[in-house]
This record gives sequence, C-alpha cells and structure tokens, in this order.
Amino acid sequence: MTQFLDISGLCARIDADGQEKEILRGVDLSIPPGEVHAIMGPNGSGKSTLSYVLAGREDYEVTAGSVTFQGKDLLEMEPEERAAAGLFLAFQSPIELPGVNNANFLRTAVNAVRRARGQEELDAVAFLKTAREAAKALSMAPDMLKRNVNVGFSGGEKKRNEVLQMTLLQPSFAILDETDSGLDVDALRIVAEGVNRLRSPDFSALVITHHQRLLDYLVPDRIHVMAKGRIIHSGGPELAKQIDSEGYTRFLAEAA
Amino acid sequence: MNAIIKQPSATLVPFKARLDAITDPARKAALGALHRSGLPDRRVEAWKYTSLRFLNETPLVAPSEEFDAAQARAELDRLGLTAGEGADLPRLVFVNGRYAPDLSVPPQNVGLSFFGKTEAFGTLSSPDRDALTALNAALATDGAEITVAAGVDAGRVLLVSLGLADEPVSFHPRHSVTVEEGARLSLICVQGGQGRYLHNPVMELSVAANATLNHVTVQTESDDAACLATLYAQIEERGSYDSFVLGLGAALSRHEVHARLNAPHAEVHVNGAQRLLGRQVGDVTSVITHAAPDCRSRQTVRNVLDGQSRGVFQGKVLVERIAQKTDGYQMNQALLLSEQAEIDAKPELEIYADDVKCSHGATVGALDDEQMFYLRSRGVPEAEARQILIHAFLAEALALIPDAMAQTLAAHIMEIRFPVTGEE
Repeated sequence: MTQFLDISGLCARIDADGQEKEILRGVDLSIPPGEVHAIMGPNGSGKSTLSYVLAGREDYEVTAGSVTFQGKDLLEMEPEERAAAGLFLAFQSPIELPGVNNANFLRTAVNAVRRARGQEELDAVAFLKTAREAAKALSMAPDMLKRNVNVGFSGGEKKRNEVLQMTLLQPSFAILDETDSGLDVDALRIVAEGVNRLRSPDFSALVITHHQRLLDYLVPDRIHVMAKGRIIHSGGPELAKQIDSEGYTRFLAEAA
Repeated sequence: MNAIIKQPSATLVPFKARLDAITDPARKAALGALHRSGLPDRRVEAWKYTSLRFLNETPLVAPSEEFDAAQARAELDRLGLTAGEGADLPRLVFVNGRYAPDLSVPPQNVGLSFFGKTEAFGTLSSPDRDALTALNAALATDGAEITVAAGVDAGRVLLVSLGLADEPVSFHPRHSVTVEEGARLSLICVQGGQGRYLHNPVMELSVAANATLNHVTVQTESDDAACLATLYAQIEERGSYDSFVLGLGAALSRHEVHARLNAPHAEVHVNGAQRLLGRQVGDVTSVITHAAPDCRSRQTVRNVLDGQSRGVFQGKVLVERIAQKTDGYQMNQALLLSEQAEIDAKPELEIYADDVKCSHGATVGALDDEQMFYLRSRGVPEAEARQILIHAFLAEALALIPDAMAQTLAAHIMEIRFPVTGEE
C-alpha cells in the first residue's frame, strides 16, 4: 500500500456483442507519489482496459477488487470527479469533437476542474496566455488552439494535444495510453519532455507502451509486464531493454 | 372561375367568418382553390407527417389594428434585437401581420412598398397547389415588398414578425423580395411572439441574373403558436439564393421552400436547423427544381429533438430533362436526446436528365458515448458536456450561414431561447 494509487485484485469485463468477456483478471498494482511506472505487454493483455477502468468509462463492469486513489474509493467516482481529484488519461485514440473549438474546450475543462478543486476560474485572457505558452513548449502550431478539437489533426498533433491538456489540467496522476504510438522520434522526444516537465514529488504517471523507445526519454521508476489481464512481472527500468530483445515469451512461460 | 362556395372542410372552420366575407375576385379565386382542396389532412402525401389539427382547436379571428406598443418593444428587447449585433440594422417590423412604422427603421437603399397598399399578388406562388398559400391569398392584409435595384448592394435588412394578441388570431402576411441583376441583399427574418396565434406567411423571392440573396429566418414564435410558412424562390442565370431557417419555437411549425433554378449556373442553398423539446412539431419541407442545366443545389438540415418533440424533413429534388450537369446534395441529420423524440425524414429525388450528380443522406443518433466520456474525463460535468455537444452539432449547421453577422444573430437568439446552462 502506498496511500497514493493502490489497485488490488481488480477484475473487469465488457459486454461484447451479448457476451461477457473477462478482460482484467485480478490486477494488483501500487504506484507511490512522485513515481513514473510503465506497463508493457502483448496486445490484448488488458492494458487499455485498465486505463479506461481507472478513468471511469461506463462500458466496463468491475466485478471484483478495489482502487484507492489518495485515500478515496476511485471506482465510486464519476469520470469528472476523478479528473477533479487529479486523475488524467491521455487517450490512445483521442476523440474528435467537431464544432467544439479547442481553446474553448480546454478552458471549459480547466475551469471545471478548478471549480471542483475550489480554485478561482481563469478568465479568457489569462487562460489563453497560459495555453499559448504550454502549446509552444510542445512545438504545437499556434492555430491548433483555434481549430476544432482533434478534427483534422494528424496522429502526432492529436497526441501533443493530449499532453497539452495534461499540462493545463495539472493532474497528480496521469495515465498515458500508448501516447508514443504513431510518433516520429522528434515528436516522441517533445512528448516525453512534456511529461518530464511535470515530474515532481506530487506527480505520478502510468505509461502504457509497446516500445522501449519512449522509455529512453521517459525513464520509469518501475516497469510492469501485463498479460492475460494480470501483472505477471515487475522490475526496474532495465526490464525495458530485456523485453525489447527477448520479447514476452519468458515472462509468459514463468507466469504459466 | 369557381365562385360557388361549398361548405368549408373541417379545418377551415376557424377561418369561416372571414372566408365567407371575401368579395375581391383575386382572393375569391384563391379561396375557390382552397374550398376545392380544403386544408390538407395526413392522407395527403405532402402532409403525411404533419397534422394541422392544431387549427381545429380554437377559432382564430382577424387581429385588430391596435396593439400594445410597450409590449411590442419589450418583445423586441427579449428577442435581442435592440442591443448588440442587430441593434443598428434597418428593420421592418410587423405586428400581427401589419406593418408597424413606429417600430421600424426602413432601409434607405431599397425600393419599398407594402402589400396593404398595392394588393399585388406575385406570380411565383401557387395557391392552386398549396392550400396554405391559398389561405394566405384569401386572408392576406399586409406584407413587405422589397426591391433591390440592379447592381446595388443593399447590405442587411431585418424583417421582424411579432404575434401579440389578447385572443387567438391568425395573420397571413404576404412578402416579396426582388433582387435585380447583379444586386445583393442579406435578409434576416426574425419571428417571435406571445400567446396563441397562427402566423401564415407567404414570401416570393426573385433573384435575377448574377444577383445574390442571403436569407436567414429565425423562428422563435410563442410556444402556443403555429407558424406555417411557404416560400417561393426563383433564381436566374448565375444568381444565388442562400437560405437558412433556424426553427426554435411554436407548438407547430412548417417551413416550406419551393426553389426553382431557372437558368444555367444558378445556385440555391436550402439549409436549416431545428431545436425542439416538449411536444413541439417542426417540419422543414422543400422542393428544389432544377429547370436549367449546370445548376447547383445544396441542402443540410440538422435537428436536435428532446422530450416528445417530432422533427419532419421532406426534401424533394426535381431534375427536369433539360437540367444536365445538375449538381445536387442533400443531407438530413438528427440528434435524438430522449427515447420519445422522433424524426421523420423523407428525401426524394426525381430525375429526368441523364447526366447529373445528385446525392443525399440521412443520419439519426444519440449523443456520442465516446465524446461524452472524453469531455467528462477532462473534468466537464455530464450536463455541461451534453450542452457542449448539442451546441457543437448546431454550430456546425449555423456555420453554413454566409453572412457572419446573421450567423451571430441567429446563434444569439438560440442562446436566449436555450441558455447554455440550466436547460431541461
């Protein structure tokens, strides 16, 4: 138990075409404050499901286990309450919102969270100044604030927009679900730097990735291997290179 | 000439006394057609989805010429027409279908007369085919007749209708707009009111060669009113008629547009959006006739339907044999916010030419779960997230309005009717 994020025996299923499908089969994971952990694992192991369940997506039914976030029962909270409490999910496939201006969206989100946290709301001028600076630090084109949310964005632009939202919402715990996928090396470095800038004793992150590459820039404190809905192995940052050269076969064999 | 007045059909009863008193030959001719056909019931194909039963419920009398000026001014304030974007626009205000000079600021650069003085029925409308047009022809008392002379850019004109009667009334304004060769006009119609009434306007719109008429109608009538409007547009060579109707009010509304592309390279847009709740019925019907080659028509109509409201979309595109190289596009989209809300969509393509490009489509759906989750995961509360997505859906439709000020004005009136917070 870390008193920050504690996942214990978490099981969850989804109703797929009328059939109940178990995806998480007893996830145990603790992340202490100020640490960055990574989850690696083969396709279909439940990594994205874990991120959705933590963020509060309704399609998944939690059947057993618990998640405590800063002393509170996370699973009892609405998605917006989780965001206000400091949780942020960077989506693997960010959603397009046609007709919603990106700057307005960001300000609405920031102010909703500030309101819920008992902080003063930002006026349009103050917000735009902050947003422009944050966008610039991520090498985003200035017009991305004026466009509709993620509409017509390239894959890389969408991922940067996720990191921009994370920067502005100031979470204490961020989940990055394959934020590296579809990024070239330069974009990857920019995104990793964006996350690294947030690193502090008050910020933790769970980085879901397939590739060791991201972890070269965003060095984690711990790496967990996930397969068949469970964490089957945990280790230090050196685990990334081992997985990169050997694959998951050995861990899968050990767990079997 | 059919001068024999038969027993009026049931739905004409509310108008009986007035119809019986008509002596003018032109009106009698129109009345004859109306008596032959009666007001349509739902067995008539064009009225399959929209019932006029509303009209049976109360006798509707002719409004008196008097009205409460303070109430009229308060209504203009409430519609947001006396402050902000629209405050300085030249305006023609009609109260209960009659021109109200004291509330109006006539435009300087257009020719202006009134149906009340000229009694000039235009040639574009067809009372023989359209019963509501016949009813209008029989009972019309006034209306604006606007002419923009060749080559003149007349800027914007606001045409306002207020329904403000102490007892249930019906009024039947007869407007006409003529934009001569190479001229331009942006016409913004705003319709509001209080209490129970029938607003039954007919508008004839004539767009000459190389002329442009941009036309926005914002219908935010009283919750207890019916608004049954029929518009006839004719567009000549390289002329453009770009229309948008935003339907927000009235218990029963129908916005019916007949647009005829009469010469090559003419263009018409018949766009719109509706936002309905409660038991409202809103009907957007159009017949676009391609009567010449190389013309373009565009139509996008979006509906947001809550409560037990019902949206109706009937869009017919008729391509005559001569109209080769026609380019037509039609799209109807509905967002249903409740289990009881309903959309009835009937697209129709009738094509006699063999070298044309016509497409149409329709979508119906609820708010997108993924979009809702995305917003909520960013801390936006559920109710606010819904509002954002509804607003976005309609904002995309309003973005089709070419005149930026008209667009802002329409969005503003929608916000007055549907404040961004505190809906439902």
